[in-house]
Amino acid sequence: MTLASPDRRRPDAPSRRGTPLTWLRSGGLTRLAFALPMILVFAIFSWTPIVRSVVMSFQRTNLLTPAEWVGLDNFEAVLNDPLLGTAVVNTLYFAALALVMGFPIPILMAVLMSEVKRGKGIYSALAYLPVVVPPVVAVLLWKVFYDASPDGVFNTMLGWFGIGPQPWLQSPDMAMPSLVIEATWAAAGGSIIIYLAALLSVPPELYDAAEVDGASIWRKAWHVTLPQLRGVIFVMLILQILATAQIFLEPFLFTGGGPNNSTVTVLLLIYRYAFQNSLGGNYGMATALSVMLALFLAVLSFVYFRLTNRWSQS
Amino acid sequence: MTADTVTPAAAPSAAAPEPAPASSRRPLRRRRTPALTDSERGIVSDFDRRQPRVRRTMRGVHVFLAVTLVAAGLGPLLWLAKAAVTPTQDTLREPFALWPNGIDWENLSTAWNDIHIDQYFFNTIVIAAGAWAFQLLVATTGAYTLSVLRPRYARVLNSLVLATLFIPSVVLLVPLYLTIVDPPLLGRDHSLLNNYLAVWLPMAANAFNILLVKRFFDNLPREVIEAAQTDGAGPFRLFWSIILPMSRPILGVVSVFAIIAAWKDFLWPLLVLPDPAVQPLSVRLPAVQSQTELDVFLAALAIATIIPIAMFLIFQRVFLRSAGLGGAVKG
Repeated sequence: MTLASPDRRRPDAPSRRGTPLTWLRSGGLTRLAFALPMILVFAIFSWTPIVRSVVMSFQRTNLLTPAEWVGLDNFEAVLNDPLLGTAVVNTLYFAALALVMGFPIPILMAVLMSEVKRGKGIYSALAYLPVVVPPVVAVLLWKVFYDASPDGVFNTMLGWFGIGPQPWLQSPDMAMPSLVIEATWAAAGGSIIIYLAALLSVPPELYDAAEVDGASIWRKAWHVTLPQLRGVIFVMLILQILATAQIFLEPFLFTGGGPNNSTVTVLLLIYRYAFQNSLGGNYGMATALSVMLALFLAVLSFVYFRLTNRWSQS
Repeated sequence: MTADTVTPAAAPSAAAPEPAPASSRRPLRRRRTPALTDSERGIVSDFDRRQPRVRRTMRGVHVFLAVTLVAAGLGPLLWLAKAAVTPTQDTLREPFALWPNGIDWENLSTAWNDIHIDQYFFNTIVIAAGAWAFQLLVATTGAYTLSVLRPRYARVLNSLVLATLFIPSVVLLVPLYLTIVDPPLLGRDHSLLNNYLAVWLPMAANAFNILLVKRFFDNLPREVIEAAQTDGAGPFRLFWSIILPMSRPILGVVSVFAIIAAWKDFLWPLLVLPDPAVQPLSVRLPAVQSQTELDVFLAALAIATIIPIAMFLIFQRVFLRSAGLGGAVKG
């Protein structure tokens, strides 16, 4: 094992245009040995598949016969699929409902939790518990809760308030909101902890200064706390949109896309193209739709960060 | 929403307007000094708190938080624990009654033995352990290369790794599956289907881990590293005896992420482990649902939840710190 002198490792050292022999002597092989696990797993399981995804979207592949270039056929087939429109609308609906129901709740809870003096630790732990439940278990358990009979768990609870039994997952109108409620429950804890961490870094002087100016509690919350959280809120918002655009587990396990296709999402459609096809996997169509979704999300996040950057500066 | 279950797809951290909260400035270890926590303050000042109206409101906030968090956080789990030892008919007829016809402990043993939860449980542990080992190996050696050894190609490598953070995981699904079915160099005859490597290795290609560990290594005191090198420590010695022991906090965080992610994973093991004998709980539970009686099924769900909950209760601090840290890095 050769020992390279420290100055050779600095990135700003003059580039060593040595022979392979000097590379070897300076410990090049050892450095490569440390880099190798990362290079190998990323090359095989990340970089190559990403490139292959784009290539495959222009091909017809079924693993048995050699791949065949088909130009834009896959994209055309996806765009002509009557289910695509439904899936896009459903996914947008899910994302919108999740924003309305799920986005403000963690912010509110975190602000309240940061204000109480005692019990912060136990409250954080309670809030985080649903995040620890394995998502599959959570969905299967909530499927029991959503039992549509009058003696179902949620219907019994509604009964306490004099509300009649609801069909939950069995009605096309209520299925999607039901999925969103479960997804919100499952994820809110993680967001609460992130907002709590962000609230800790609000400088106390700002509140002191606001009080000197005679600001009430509400005005402090509105003019100090929220603006200070703005950066985190912007990032959490786009992360939530990106996550909901790829929602899969809930529709897959709760409803399988039903009833009446009311919960078919884009990712469920990709899954069906590739793995639930009676004619064998249509990998071309699946990758074509994945690539389109990824491009859309890339453009969306680019525009989003451009806009939020401008807003933050003004 | 599911920010922590999905890889942070397209979140250019540099584009975040405000500097990342917590992680960069705050030391990783939690502060215990009471003096410091007392000096922290929020919206409501001590002066506000002395006013009767505010005091009443704060009491209301306490009650509200306690009720909502217990109902939403603990409620479903308590119900599951209760239903796991309740006969099916009681659960169906009176979901909130506490054992009107006695406790049925049999459910747990039936689930464990007859629907082979024991085996799937074991499979899940094997998957989580392997994923943990591979992720730690790749993350520490990779971060060590990028942060300390810094070969000439480090910069290119770093950007290539970070670039994968911006790719939504859905793009990988199909080509990654085909990579497993028909691995490069090995060929179709050596497909990795039903092999745990098919789960472990792709999970190790995790840029988020490398970013976390690299940031930590970057902040280690350079003097210690240089002193070790002057004393004649080679790269392996430096890595094993100096860097790793100093990095316990971040290794804990990565371990929590790794084990929880492996325990949660559903779609990927469903695709690459088609043989029920090797499938983890998350894949088997939905599959056995239709042929299992409700009470036994709920007992199975409860068993599947025990380990993550126990881990959370034991390592609560690491969990909550990881969750906050994850947000800080994404931010």
